[in-house]
Amino acid sequence: MLTIENLTNEIDGKAILKGLSLSIKAGEIHAIMGPNGAGKSTLAYTLGGRPGYQVTGGRASFDGVNLFDLEPHERAAAGLFLGFQYPVEIPGVSNLQFLRESLNSQRKARGEEPLSGGEFIKLAKEKAGLLGLDMEMLKRPVNVGFSGGEKKRAEMVQMGILDPKLAILDETDSGLDIDALKIVGSGINAIMRKPDKAVLLITHYQRLLDYVKPDYVHVLAAGRIVKSGGPELALELEREGYAEVVAA
Amino acid sequence: MTTLTLPTRRQEEWRYSDLDALAAIWPTPAPTRIDVAAGENARHHLLQDAGEGAAAVHDYAITIADEARLDFHVLNIGGKFGRVTFTVTLGKGAHFELNGAIIGGGDQVLEIITKVTHAEPDATSGQTIRSILGQRATGSYLGSINVARNAQRTDAFQSVKAMLLDRTATANAKPELEIYADDVKCAHGATVGELDKQALFYMASRGMDPATAKTLLLKAFVAGVFDDVADEAVKDRLEAAALAKLEALV
Repeated sequence: MLTIENLTNEIDGKAILKGLSLSIKAGEIHAIMGPNGAGKSTLAYTLGGRPGYQVTGGRASFDGVNLFDLEPHERAAAGLFLGFQYPVEIPGVSNLQFLRESLNSQRKARGEEPLSGGEFIKLAKEKAGLLGLDMEMLKRPVNVGFSGGEKKRAEMVQMGILDPKLAILDETDSGLDIDALKIVGSGINAIMRKPDKAVLLITHYQRLLDYVKPDYVHVLAAGRIVKSGGPELALELEREGYAEVVAA
Repeated sequence: MTTLTLPTRRQEEWRYSDLDALAAIWPTPAPTRIDVAAGENARHHLLQDAGEGAAAVHDYAITIADEARLDFHVLNIGGKFGRVTFTVTLGKGAHFELNGAIIGGGDQVLEIITKVTHAEPDATSGQTIRSILGQRATGSYLGSINVARNAQRTDAFQSVKAMLLDRTATANAKPELEIYADDVKCAHGATVGELDKQALFYMASRGMDPATAKTLLLKAFVAGVFDDVADEAVKDRLEAAALAKLEALV
């Protein structure tokens, strides 16, 4: 589904990713772990198309399409979802309005009919219920006044409604207490653990992986994948630390 | 009293105006008078949507008598030069509320000028102006509040926010206070900003095309200006005109 080959990029002239390769097939969940400053969030933003994240070499093919030929909104319409470490607040725009415009923009880009107000509300209720988020929260402006945990749950409701093929989740576990972590973890499983979908989880810690079991774990250091393995690699990292594993 | 001499830019209240466009319609008609009688509540609105290339000047001379209230809503979007001015005198315990939006593109010069005099004690006034300016448009708000010596317990605010869509657009905001009483609350705030780039990327990452995302953010920016228009038909007309203008701009 996603094949990244020898990707290099820079931000303000500074090289961050230095030849990163990774391949994700449908039905798989991959986790990327690594020390601070390794380029984990940069990878997520580069794939999402954030302005200022300049691709300088390599390729990323998403379902056979060159990802870097697409504008950020076109990547979303093609089925990519980026979960933000710090979800953005948008005063004056309600979550429902935000999501309905987003979903219908995607549907239009794919040549599908827009969802009616009633159909949309029904869908939103179902997905909010899955994440234990009150519909009243969705009537409020996007992320404004939400706690850290509420923001992350709202992100997962967005993911549920937009129903992507590939979710890249950048530290979705940060700022969550144990209960919220469980809810978010089971939300990811319910929405994304399907044969035709895939997930790239970016995280510092093993604990999210207790709830969302990865098929593959990769260690990202200094802009490259330096080690790959099964779920046991995450436990090894937790036990021995990045320095030990990266050096080995 | 109407002066027949064309104003110059040296006069502060004409400093940002399009005087060439003004010359074509000079002298402008006498001000529209609005006198709100003691204890009454009145509502007025103006949709300044003059045709392309036209010049339009609307002057209002307003008195609000003791314990009376006037709510005025203005949307200033039309013509090459669109100017709306308010000269307001407040009686004891009176209230003046102005909610306005300026939305301009091309080479439009749009302005709202207010002179609010708190002549007696206990009067209150509120002015909220939101401007959205694209291309080479200029939007100005010049607002002075004058509090007379005996106008104790005056409470007045001016809130002015402008959003620039292009580097070539200009926003001028000039709140001015002249206070001769000593027990007075006057607040003013003015900001000029651009669309939040982080928000635009967040919206794009969810699939919104740039024009939809910008329009949604701009709608949110001016939302509230027409919230308390009592007449639903007027409210719909103002909101629809603002939205159509926004959609043409992004």
